[in-house]
Amino acid sequence: MTDAERPVPVAAPRSTTPTTAVPSHLSAATVERARALIALYPEPRSALIPLCHLAQEQDGWLRPEAMVDIADLLGVTPAEVYGTATFYDMLHTEPVGTYLVSVCTNIACLLHGAAELLEHAEDSLGVNAGATTADGTITLEEAECLADCDRAPCVQVNHRYVGAQTAESFDQLVADLRSGARSTDIPTHGTLIRVRRTTGLEADPATVATERATMAEAQQQRAAEASATAGGGS
Amino acid sequence: MAVTEAPKIITSRIGHEDSHTLERYLATGGYEGLRKALAMTPEAVAHEVDTASLLGRGGAGFPAGRKWAMLRKSPVTYLVVNGDESEPATFKDHLLVERDPHQLVEGVLIAAYALQVSRVFIFLRGEFALGLERVQAALNDAYAHGAVGADIFGSGFSVDVVVHPGAGAYICGEETALLESLEGKRGFPRIKPPFFPAAIGLYGAPTVVNNVETMSNLPWIVLNGGAAFAALGEGRSTGTRLFALAGHVNKPGVYEIEMVKTTFADLIHAPVLGGGIPHGRELKAFIPGGVSAPWFGPDQIDLPLGQDEVAQAGSMLGSGSVVVMDDHTCAVRASWRITKFFSRESCGQCTPCREGSGWLERIMERIETGQGREEDLDLLLDACDNIAPGLTWPPQQTTICVLGSSIPSSIGSAIQMFRDEFLVHIKEGGCPYD
Repeated sequence: MTDAERPVPVAAPRSTTPTTAVPSHLSAATVERARALIALYPEPRSALIPLCHLAQEQDGWLRPEAMVDIADLLGVTPAEVYGTATFYDMLHTEPVGTYLVSVCTNIACLLHGAAELLEHAEDSLGVNAGATTADGTITLEEAECLADCDRAPCVQVNHRYVGAQTAESFDQLVADLRSGARSTDIPTHGTLIRVRRTTGLEADPATVATERATMAEAQQQRAAEASATAGGGS
Repeated sequence: MAVTEAPKIITSRIGHEDSHTLERYLATGGYEGLRKALAMTPEAVAHEVDTASLLGRGGAGFPAGRKWAMLRKSPVTYLVVNGDESEPATFKDHLLVERDPHQLVEGVLIAAYALQVSRVFIFLRGEFALGLERVQAALNDAYAHGAVGADIFGSGFSVDVVVHPGAGAYICGEETALLESLEGKRGFPRIKPPFFPAAIGLYGAPTVVNNVETMSNLPWIVLNGGAAFAALGEGRSTGTRLFALAGHVNKPGVYEIEMVKTTFADLIHAPVLGGGIPHGRELKAFIPGGVSAPWFGPDQIDLPLGQDEVAQAGSMLGSGSVVVMDDHTCAVRASWRITKFFSRESCGQCTPCREGSGWLERIMERIETGQGREEDLDLLLDACDNIAPGLTWPPQQTTICVLGSSIPSSIGSAIQMFRDEFLVHIKEGGCPYD
């Protein structure tokens, strides 16, 4: 990317409410899903990470233009989106391959040959951990514990568990990813949750307030009765 | 001691292929606990949990009932479920969210009713793609079934539950970091006091944060009574608990075990549990409660799996993860990898943790790769002492959260138990196990 092509960070004024600016990069469908997610939280900013996942679903990684749109949707600055995103391993502010292959080398996997498996993966893919193959298909990463320790060494592809791997099965896995044989069970990078929420919020605030008031009143009454009983007994 | 006949409280459905579906859940008593709870007063439900003496299953082991009691006087605004399971070699919540998501949802709803909360967030680590899908699907079905949403089961109680995906950061398992993350920020643990989100939680409002396993116990506790739960186990460690067994054992996996009645020896060697160490090898050491815990040697294998028992012996039951290392394991390499983990996952707020972890990792690396110096052992302990002064157990804290004070555990244990092995690495200029 040359300097001319590099997106210019937008210094939007800080506001506390989402702006009405029309997102220019995120698609209409993505924006619609984004607004539905924002509605689930008491404060729009809480949807920041879910929206970053959505943007990755659209683009495969978190593009600067997408972060500007997310900022507009949430009423924060693009720098705040970037500042949050860079803290998290799963949010990629640089392009990644179609398949992110994560090899865990933490303690339980280490005891089952994970370091050797990662070395094999680097050799057979021809890239170091953290890099993407020349064809853009696979990004290899050395992961921390992925919580699948009874199937060590543990490997995930786009955060889907593929079970314990040997050098041979790893090569087969890569061949299958390249040929598209795993495309139904493993979506391309960025798509995290394929099951969408089917309802919005249903507990209407006014109803909840009434319910809680009734409950609190009943509770007070029970407490008063209990103390009256205790007082009568003494 | 032996493996007891305690009932399976939270893994009763795991054997079924369709254990994650609403059909299987309803066919096996699902949502009966919630119906029973809704017919009780919220105080009575909270009382059952108090009676059960259910210790939090996330790592700190704080009684759930007492956590709730702190809030009973003032209204609770939010309930947040901690499903950011990232402590290395801990994989029990992974099993619960993928294989019995309805049990988690039901537990959450019971807690919400007891606390009179109308908004719950289930925070799951982002790497649980299938778990996130399973819990969302369970929640969609539960809404359709009338168990969540407005006026649930016609009880006059309304509550909404939202599944929130994390994005990969170990530190978000720390409850105040989790809340920061849920507010759309970097996962920086908050300065204490206040020590509990009960005082200042999500958006500054009173909040209860409970672990996935803790929540999953609630349907059984409500159905069977807190006393039945408290009758299992011994002392403060009541009920059953999930133990994630990994490393050098024939049958690694998640086992539900009655607390205190079973020992580490049973867990590692019993044919129905770990099934012993493969290739006829001997036990070298084991980590009793996640990589933040000091290690134990073969002479401590007869300790019972109880919170206080393990604490008195100088370590912790922590997240319920047990890692077994056989006698072919290089202690330097194992402890180097654990140190590297802390270095990568330090959030960077506090100097002792941010700088100390990286420094320690580089020293450990040079010892393992044959570049070590004789004075390195003292240097390691000195640096550890700067992070957790006195190297005591439980550790002294110089940082905002306990990630920092967890770093010295593995290094201290490895040097204390296997000092000779470090010296061989340094003298021979390499790893004797390579």
